[in-house]
Amino acid sequence: MTETTVSRLNVTAATAVAAGGDIAPLIDVRELSLFYGPTQALKRISLTIREKLVTAFIGPSGCGKSTFLRCFNRMNDLIDNVRIEGEVKIAGQDINSREVDVIELRKRVGMVFQRSNPFPKSIYENIAYGLRLHGTRDKSTLDGVVEQSLRSAALWGEVKDRLQSSALGLSGGQQQRLCIARAIAIRPEIILMDEPASALDPIATAKIEDLILELKREFTIVIVTHNMQQAARISDHTAFFYLGELIEYDNTHKIFTNPAKKQTEDYVTGRFG
Amino acid sequence: MSIPTPSAKRTIGWMGIQRGHRARPFEWLMEKFIFLVSLSAILMVFLIFIFVAREALPIFFGQMNSAPVQPALPVEEMNKLPKEKLREYLGLSPAKFAAMDEETKKLLMEARLEAQTEIPEALRQNKDAMLNTTQWRYLLQPYQWTDYDKPEYIWQPIGQIHKYNIMPLLIGSLKTTFAGLVFAVPLAIAAAIYVSQLARPRWREIIKPGIELLSAIPSVVVGSFTMLVLATFLQKVFGYQTRLNAFVAGVGLSLAVIPVVFTIAEDALTSVPRSYTQAALALGASKWQAAWQIVLPAGLPGVFAAVVLGFGRAIGETMIVLMVCSASVMSWSLFDSARSITTTIAAEMAEAVAGSHHYRILFMLGALLFAVTFVTNMIGDLVIHRLKRKLEGKR
Repeated sequence: MTETTVSRLNVTAATAVAAGGDIAPLIDVRELSLFYGPTQALKRISLTIREKLVTAFIGPSGCGKSTFLRCFNRMNDLIDNVRIEGEVKIAGQDINSREVDVIELRKRVGMVFQRSNPFPKSIYENIAYGLRLHGTRDKSTLDGVVEQSLRSAALWGEVKDRLQSSALGLSGGQQQRLCIARAIAIRPEIILMDEPASALDPIATAKIEDLILELKREFTIVIVTHNMQQAARISDHTAFFYLGELIEYDNTHKIFTNPAKKQTEDYVTGRFG
Repeated sequence: MSIPTPSAKRTIGWMGIQRGHRARPFEWLMEKFIFLVSLSAILMVFLIFIFVAREALPIFFGQMNSAPVQPALPVEEMNKLPKEKLREYLGLSPAKFAAMDEETKKLLMEARLEAQTEIPEALRQNKDAMLNTTQWRYLLQPYQWTDYDKPEYIWQPIGQIHKYNIMPLLIGSLKTTFAGLVFAVPLAIAAAIYVSQLARPRWREIIKPGIELLSAIPSVVVGSFTMLVLATFLQKVFGYQTRLNAFVAGVGLSLAVIPVVFTIAEDALTSVPRSYTQAALALGASKWQAAWQIVLPAGLPGVFAAVVLGFGRAIGETMIVLMVCSASVMSWSLFDSARSITTTIAAEMAEAVAGSHHYRILFMLGALLFAVTFVTNMIGDLVIHRLKRKLEGKR
């Protein structure tokens, strides 16, 4: 726990210096290009993301928004033939540089996937897994964090009587909230969400959206979504991607009411995509 | 919207096809054919079991008598004996007995008497020659034979006194199978984890077919390699007394078992959803941790199935054990020789006279082997089923 506090302090200090006292960007991307073999998937993208806000990435399928999101916790490392140019700085640190430990990075940048993917273990073990990975062994600490994470994910009430039963017995929406609880259990600073509600029904989706608004108080959230109403409802800033390029990035309200670019307007009004 | 009316091609009530469905005779035929083929496989297993069990049955019921010296009655007493006693004395089945005429029975009586008088005096004096060694007592328990200092387990089917103690064979099978699995299972599972989770695609393309190629090597070749090359090498390394022993046989067996376990375990681990690995990695697990802590437990039913199949292969493998070691020593030590059940059947079946007690004992061993593998497979299936239900969250 103390370790996380320290790193949080570092982040605040670093960002404050970088931005000269103004509200500093937590994530700072400069001229990022990404290639799958010969194909260029991301084209010289630059943007900054601020702390404790919800930033949404929208755009038609295949526009590179998910790939871009995966640059923040280096999940693209797992794919062969990927080459990255440019830099991604998180709290002032270039995450692609050699001295960055990818495990430490992923501890600070959590991720929730499109399809809920709880481990085939008990509900309790799903959440305790990340903590155990990072060295927490004490039973009472684990119990405490499991309860707290489930409460934060608005799942505690539904599962508190069956923590030891398999997570695969939960409904789709519950599984996705469990995945969120699992991600926040290790207290990351940033949570990446890759279309977290696209496989859920409207009621479960509404619950996830409420949860995101709740989590915003403590975490910086970056979310990829297909659903423009969702982006409009929950995000503070929105970035519109098209064919690997960042077309427009601004306040969500502005993107949806008065976009600067014609392409953005066409997309958000549903004329294409 | 209008529903299309049935055309003339549609048929009603033919080949079990419901009203309004178009008849597809070819598909129907194929389906039935495949059904028949699968049925015949089950039938085959059943027939083999019936055959083995039938040949072994007289041993189970204690109807065989292997004593070389048996009481002989004068031919004249034939008619004094009750029918049932006579049948037993001649060792005939009721059906055969009933079909026989008096002349043949008389001839049999004479033959029996003649055979008994021809027995040399030395053997007649041996008290062991009066024993029926096919009784369970002699099959399973140690016995102090003439000229032995203490009761022993002995398999010596050829000779004046037939010693049929099956314990050395059971232990031989257990020893070699155990040694084989101890080497093969960890290696094969480790290789499966490596290939399915950790290896780069290029290495996977080399290693996977490489290991699977092992199963294409005939076991005679594996056996001779083990016997000639490995045995010498292993003796040099470990420095034990007997060059050809159960340990060496186990190493040879593992060459046959590894590809079986590897192939199935690798399949099971590869079919664990990639999303589990991704979730673990996103939480900050290393590739190793994800493979060991998440993928392996999730693929455990399949890995267990692989081990059960490996066991079947190991206990059923004949040639490698036959070539490497085959002395029937009663010893639990891995560094002594061993003779497995399969080896015994393969080596002795050709010499055993059909219908003789030796022949029937060999079939009894076969039935025993069948029972062991059947029970193991069943227990294995149960465990796999349990594991699966547990993973799926149904209890």
